Amino acid sequence: MTEHNPEKDYPEKQYISTSSEWTFATIEAYEREIARIAHDKFKLDTYPNQIEMIRSDQMMDAYASIGMPVFYNHWSYGKHFVDTEQKYSRGRMGLAYEIVINSNPCIAYLMEENTMTMQALVIAHACYGHNSFFKGNYLFRTWTDAEAIIDYLMFAKKYISQCEERYGVEQVELLLDSCHALMNYGVDRYKRPAPISAAEEQNRQKERELYIQQHINDLWRTLPHRGREREEEKAVHNFPEDPQENLLYFIEKNSPSLEIWQREIIRIVRKVAQYFYPQRQTQVMNEGWATFWHYTILNEMYDEGLVNEGFMMEFLTSHTNVVMQPGFDSPYYSGINPYALGFAMMTDIRRICENPTEEDKHWFPDMAGSDWLTTLDHVMRNYRDESFILQFMSPKIIRDFHFFALEDDDRKNTIDVTAIHNDEGYRRVRETLSMQYNLSQQEPDIQIFRVNLRGDRSLTLQHVLNERRPLNDEVNEMLRHVYRLWGYDVHLHSVEPTGRTVRSYHLVGEHQN
Amino acid sequence: MAYIVDRRLNSKNKSLVNRERFLKRYQKQIRRAVSDAVSRRNITDMEQGESITIPKRDISEPGFRHGQGGKRSIVHTGNKEFVEGDRIQRPPGGAGGGSGSGQASADGEGMEDFVFQISQEEFLEYLFEDLALPNMVKRQLLSTDSFDYHRAGVSEVGNPAQINIVRSMRSAQGRRIALRGKERRRRREVLAALEALEQAGDSPETEAQRSLLKAELTHLNVKIHAIPWLDDFDLKYNLKVKVPKPSPKAVMFCVMDVSGSMTQDIKDTAKRFFFLLYLFLKKNYEKIEVVFIRHHTQAQEVDENTFFYARETGGTVVSSALNLMGDIIEEHYSPSQWNIYVAQASDGDNWHEDNQRCHDALISNILPFVQYYTYIEIGDRDPQGLWYLYEHLQRDFMDRFAIQRVRNNAEIYPVFRELFKRHTCEELD
Repeated sequence: MTEHNPEKDYPEKQYISTSSEWTFATIEAYEREIARIAHDKFKLDTYPNQIEMIRSDQMMDAYASIGMPVFYNHWSYGKHFVDTEQKYSRGRMGLAYEIVINSNPCIAYLMEENTMTMQALVIAHACYGHNSFFKGNYLFRTWTDAEAIIDYLMFAKKYISQCEERYGVEQVELLLDSCHALMNYGVDRYKRPAPISAAEEQNRQKERELYIQQHINDLWRTLPHRGREREEEKAVHNFPEDPQENLLYFIEKNSPSLEIWQREIIRIVRKVAQYFYPQRQTQVMNEGWATFWHYTILNEMYDEGLVNEGFMMEFLTSHTNVVMQPGFDSPYYSGINPYALGFAMMTDIRRICENPTEEDKHWFPDMAGSDWLTTLDHVMRNYRDESFILQFMSPKIIRDFHFFALEDDDRKNTIDVTAIHNDEGYRRVRETLSMQYNLSQQEPDIQIFRVNLRGDRSLTLQHVLNERRPLNDEVNEMLRHVYRLWGYDVHLHSVEPTGRTVRSYHLVGEHQN
Repeated sequence: MAYIVDRRLNSKNKSLVNRERFLKRYQKQIRRAVSDAVSRRNITDMEQGESITIPKRDISEPGFRHGQGGKRSIVHTGNKEFVEGDRIQRPPGGAGGGSGSGQASADGEGMEDFVFQISQEEFLEYLFEDLALPNMVKRQLLSTDSFDYHRAGVSEVGNPAQINIVRSMRSAQGRRIALRGKERRRRREVLAALEALEQAGDSPETEAQRSLLKAELTHLNVKIHAIPWLDDFDLKYNLKVKVPKPSPKAVMFCVMDVSGSMTQDIKDTAKRFFFLLYLFLKKNYEKIEVVFIRHHTQAQEVDENTFFYARETGGTVVSSALNLMGDIIEEHYSPSQWNIYVAQASDGDNWHEDNQRCHDALISNILPFVQYYTYIEIGDRDPQGLWYLYEHLQRDFMDRFAIQRVRNNAEIYPVFRELFKRHTCEELD
């Protein structure tokens, strides 16, 4: 990545620092240089950064509350904390070098025990890599509101602790348990959400209480209306008209048995789920992007003579560990490493732009030879893992990773190799892998199908089978959670795409709890 | 451009609340683990923390997820020899079990149990949860040799080192407002009037008025300034009261029969009982002394090692031990200064003629002075002579005399809990 500029050929080497110890002054100096390179040379567009130095135990705290600086209390976060603490203190797990939050300003936590090199790596990775991704990627732009998230979480924490005071910790905990269980079914996949704002939330809360109460009462009105009764019954017969994918939203708005504060808490969990939804869809891209940029920026620093060889050796060691990808038969294998795949693909896109081969020209005619900065920026802004892999994974990557696709069909006695890294297999490997990152493929497709308005008020969920894959045995417990929120009988039907019901689950009445 | 903030001094333990809630949720499992640990552990490591294991299925957070079966396609890395169309035999143990190693990690971290550590303190907390030492109240009030100072509000008198500045200043301010209010109001009026005269211009009439007002102003200023900023009776002092401190000292007598009928197993069970009591007392008292008395036909005060491991044989005369204990109490452990606990373990054998002497020794020299006397009879047999004697005595000393039977190690902890069960709740009911 050296640019041959005659003046730079023998640059006056002025290392920012040579010690592995960091000070606030050196961190500032590094940050200044990284910012200059990222903004001026590589045109990264970022939120302002807020870098916070923390101790390792604070890092564990941050881990436990899914990285957020403020978060409501729940036993499950205690569980994660205990687990992390246990593994960390036994040396079975290292802590991440950083945690970065999609907020404006973008908050990044750096651990105090990192060396100077690691701090520089982390600043480049989080404060410029992830940060620019949060600001640029369409999913984050659409679904999350970096301005408001911290305020909203403060509001949520306060509201939930008030509920705990008023209704008891146990009541709130039970409710949160159920909400968390359904968290992945609390997101709008297609509809754009309204931006959140803590102030507005508080202002409108009262309004909403009133509105919801009226709305619910109307829906569940049981006093008979003479004359028009028949027509009305017909009108509400199909409720909801279309199946609803956002279970928590539907329950929040329509459950016949919830108090106002319970609806509010469901809403909070829903908003948090929605906020994290883009992160779950862009793991490979987000990490790949950040890793690509720390690699590129730190190399640029070396080229400019700002850091010495010792720095680079340490940096490369860490970097290599991060992007390591063991093979499927290795004891260290735990699936595809998103850092490795993401970094390889981002680097590969740059390669295709700068030095395309014949194969690249054939596969990516538009991209080959284009300006790499513009192309990468476009990729970062407009894709998520699934589409990113489908569009940009080159045969070279498939060859480098020795990817192969397996098909595991329970009607066959063997597991079949359906594609490998050869001309016939490239596209199929790519499609299969892309599917693997499609959340709606990975999670069972469960939607709200019917509410029995005039009868027993039961709620019917429909699970549309995908490749005949059944639900696992947690389904009964899950129905109990749905029941807790709905308050009346819950039915779940597993249905084949053709409409044939394969299996039904029911949760009836209180006594079966 | 970037703000760098040092958060290292921020409060730690942000997760404390969550951790407590987690422990509370699984307290049933934790209690069981603690209880198991007691019967499993050696005496010497009884005091350490404990690792708690909770089955994965109890602790996992459920979700709608795919189970085994159906058709799924997976991409893996690191192909070495596979070519398209290869058929791989399923690993034994069911469909998909081995094939989906990538898949399985998405469901959590495999099926390992969830293991975590509780600290020594927490271990003891769970170990002695809901247990209480009986009769502590009485002895706490009796001790008169040590005191603690507690804050008890504010007083008008005290020494200068204990001035409560905020209260004193508040009181001074109140006094100043009260005493100067009238004069200050008048002064404002006078000043306003003077101002008005200033506007009105010069004339003999106004001149006269002005000098009058000026005189009044001087007078008012003198009056206002005469009120002191801080007066003696403004001063308030922090009040501290002497509170008798509960006597921090306890002595624990371990009394054990070492006659021929006591096997090593029985001794081991006894030892666990003594140790539990020791830990429990240690939690409640700052300083504990332990006196070991062993006996066959004669009683001896011995050190711990001899007590548990030396072998002796002979008949059994319990009263010898009781008398020795009575003497030691009299000599070293005045009941007004010491909380006395006795734990006696035996297989129940006693020389028949001795029972009356035991009875007398207990009634006159021991039971009136102790906080709590516990007796466990270890063994599978029917109750022995000593048991009947003690059962009889128990009726007269309900509040401080408890007896239980123990068959083996596993029963020690439940029996211990039974002996020290907190009684206040029942009384309240």
